Amino acid sequence: MIDIRVQAEPFDYGQECADFAAAQDGAGAVVTFCGIVRGDGGLEAMEIEHYPGMTERALTAIADEAARRWALTGVLVLHRHGTLSPGAHIMMVATAAPPRASAFSAADFLMDYLKSRAPFWKKEHRPEGPSWVAAKASDEDALTRW
Amino acid sequence: MTLEILYFAWLRERIGAARETVETDAPTVAALVEELRARDPHHAAALSDLSALRVAVDQELRDFDAPLAGAREISFFPPMTGG
Repeated sequence: MIDIRVQAEPFDYGQECADFAAAQDGAGAVVTFCGIVRGDGGLEAMEIEHYPGMTERALTAIADEAARRWALTGVLVLHRHGTLSPGAHIMMVATAAPPRASAFSAADFLMDYLKSRAPFWKKEHRPEGPSWVAAKASDEDALTRW
Repeated sequence: MTLEILYFAWLRERIGAARETVETDAPTVAALVEELRARDPHHAAALSDLSALRVAVDQELRDFDAPLAGAREISFFPPMTGG
């Protein structure tokens, strides 16, 4: 019921959502989230580096923790790496549970932890040159909610 | 002991290598960082501020006072920015 995917290839968000929902047994709610490369400020490309091996382990640990806290029927975490263009889908999460509150909370939890506990790093390519995205203190602070 | 050291993101760029193998008797991550800083100016600059770094021991996030006994793969990187 936990599906973790780390890949360079694009994914079809609509198809993934439909497939995920169709595979759930006993769920009354499915919540999905998709992260998209913003093209603001003249961004030309977003490069995503990750730590093969640890990435999958960290995402699995975060999904396991979500499944421990809420009664979920399914969890999907899919994250791309490599060079992405503005408008491209970077990642998605999907959660399913009998009541919607659990699915919403679990998706929120997954996103908060994924941002600062899974080994991904973003580098922005702009006309003035490339720069690594700095982590925000608010991302770390968000974990205290849980 | 022999350790594989991995670097990611701007740390990899500043050090000029994604990985290196080191022989060390350092008891902790912090002691290993001291040894790595002494290698050359690139290591010294990249590893100068521990508050800007995160470390994983055998692919698990740890603190800098974590022991190295039994470890094989130590990775240094900036705070993560996924999602």
